[in-house]
Amino acid sequence: MNQRPLWGTITLYALAAIVFALSVVPFIYVLASSLKTGNAIFEPTLWPKTPSFDNFVGLFSGKQPFGRQFANSVMVATITVTFAMAISLTAAYALGRIRFKGKGLLLLALLGVSMFPQVAILSGMFELMQVLGIYNRTLGLVVPYTVFTLPFTVWILTTFMRDLPGELEEAAIMDGCGPLRIIFQVFMPLLWPALVSTGLLAFIGAWNEFLFAITFVIDDTARTIPVGLGLIAGDNTFELPWGSIMAASVIVTIPLLLLVLVFQRKIISGLTAGAVKG
Amino acid sequence: MKSARTAWLFLAPTLILMVIVALWPLARSIWFSVTETQINNMDASRFIGLGNYFGEFGLFTNAAYTDGFWASDWGISIRNTFKFAAVSVVLETLAGLGVALLLNQDFKGRAWVRTAVLVPWAIPTIVSAKMWQWMLHDQFGIVNAWLEKLGLISQKIAWTAEPATAMWTVIAVDVWKTTPFMALLVLAALQTVPKDCYEAAKVDGVHPLRVFWKITLPLIRNALLVAVVFRLLDALRVFDLIFILTSNSSSTISMSGFVRREMVENGNIGFGSAASTSLFLLIMLCAVLFIKAAKVNLGEQTK
Repeated sequence: MNQRPLWGTITLYALAAIVFALSVVPFIYVLASSLKTGNAIFEPTLWPKTPSFDNFVGLFSGKQPFGRQFANSVMVATITVTFAMAISLTAAYALGRIRFKGKGLLLLALLGVSMFPQVAILSGMFELMQVLGIYNRTLGLVVPYTVFTLPFTVWILTTFMRDLPGELEEAAIMDGCGPLRIIFQVFMPLLWPALVSTGLLAFIGAWNEFLFAITFVIDDTARTIPVGLGLIAGDNTFELPWGSIMAASVIVTIPLLLLVLVFQRKIISGLTAGAVKG
Repeated sequence: MKSARTAWLFLAPTLILMVIVALWPLARSIWFSVTETQINNMDASRFIGLGNYFGEFGLFTNAAYTDGFWASDWGISIRNTFKFAAVSVVLETLAGLGVALLLNQDFKGRAWVRTAVLVPWAIPTIVSAKMWQWMLHDQFGIVNAWLEKLGLISQKIAWTAEPATAMWTVIAVDVWKTTPFMALLVLAALQTVPKDCYEAAKVDGVHPLRVFWKITLPLIRNALLVAVVFRLLDALRVFDLIFILTSNSSSTISMSGFVRREMVENGNIGFGSAASTSLFLLIMLCAVLFIKAAKVNLGEQTK
């Protein structure tokens, strides 16, 4: 492949440029729109003549509790992920390192739950949350979020757990270590990268969740930020405040974008661990 | 001590939690589907058998369906969902394969392009719905402005509101957002293909297209199909993109959107649960059929 004809090289770079532009330009336009105020927002120019941060300032002083909603999202996603990871560690050890009957079926069932349609449990979950007294509470969302987060973290951690060297474990058993000590003292140092990738992916999933968040929380101050963004309305029903919406979009996206770009190798290894390894 | 008993003990917290937060609500939802229940007073539910499915005002048979089942809101939402899933998954697979093959080539700046490709994937669905809604805005949108400037359209198009374009707009936005996911999974599979295969083929002077068809594709087949199964299941439950981008309009409403509308906006828990149970069974059926028909090997991973 090192001797490519000239036209091949040109096509290759042209395609690469197109893919690059298609991926990046839309978000740059969002960024640009968020910096346009007044009538400038209605001019389809790629970059504003006089950038201003008014839209961002307005978000945090407007009638919508935007800062609060941001904090809600951080809190719910962090607690959901921490909780799921803590529980899935031992489960992943059992599924990844111990032979027992029914394991294959169990793994398939977990995969099934993480992929099944969330609406299928909407009414049952609605009832459960009311019974538990967590309906319309931000932190109550941890319960429905566990439905898709826990099977996901177990599944991904299992594939990582399976790839750890067996000699280490054997040596530890020789030394008289029990399974709990093997997980937390022998495997833990090796598992850190896997924990980071799994945690990041689970965090992204919880941060972006919309259906449960819009259904089970109805107070504006208790809502998560994707719902807050989805429901931004203007002073009248015909005119949406596009500048504020774009500014809010930037705020919702930037934390994720930074996480993904900084940890891109980890994210990719986590994404592919569940799907590609044979 | 490594025994089956330890395994089950270690699995216990996960299993107990899954029974409480997934299995129990699922069972309750299925139960609600055979009752008449209103959202305001869920204790006063009354068993009515399969009435929500096949009764006088049922999902599948209904006296009000004068134009036939497929013209009813539920029928339309089924058609919308399958059209969306089929078209978007096919396009995403092809585009993902293309981008992965591109990223598998050696060229300067490849790392940059690979990083850039992650951007649409990292953008939350709600944000991508909002930003495309803005860019496709009928009066102020940049897409209409450019298309007009290039002379491709004579008057501005209301992409997300017009029934003729709304579904295609939804599909296009989904393809933009999800192709990176496909591309990354395919790229990871491509990188497991041993280099000697390509070199041997080159020595024998095999045409590159034939190499792709006879060597590359068979070797990444299973990984590709697993990715397709993931995407298919994800596409069949679509809700948020359509809810925001086209406000659940009847030309784009999905089955999930229909369920939520019936349950939350109209308060019919029983009827909505019948729809959600039907959706659950339909999606399960599709997944099983697809996995059987394409002979996808999910078991290989659960070894």
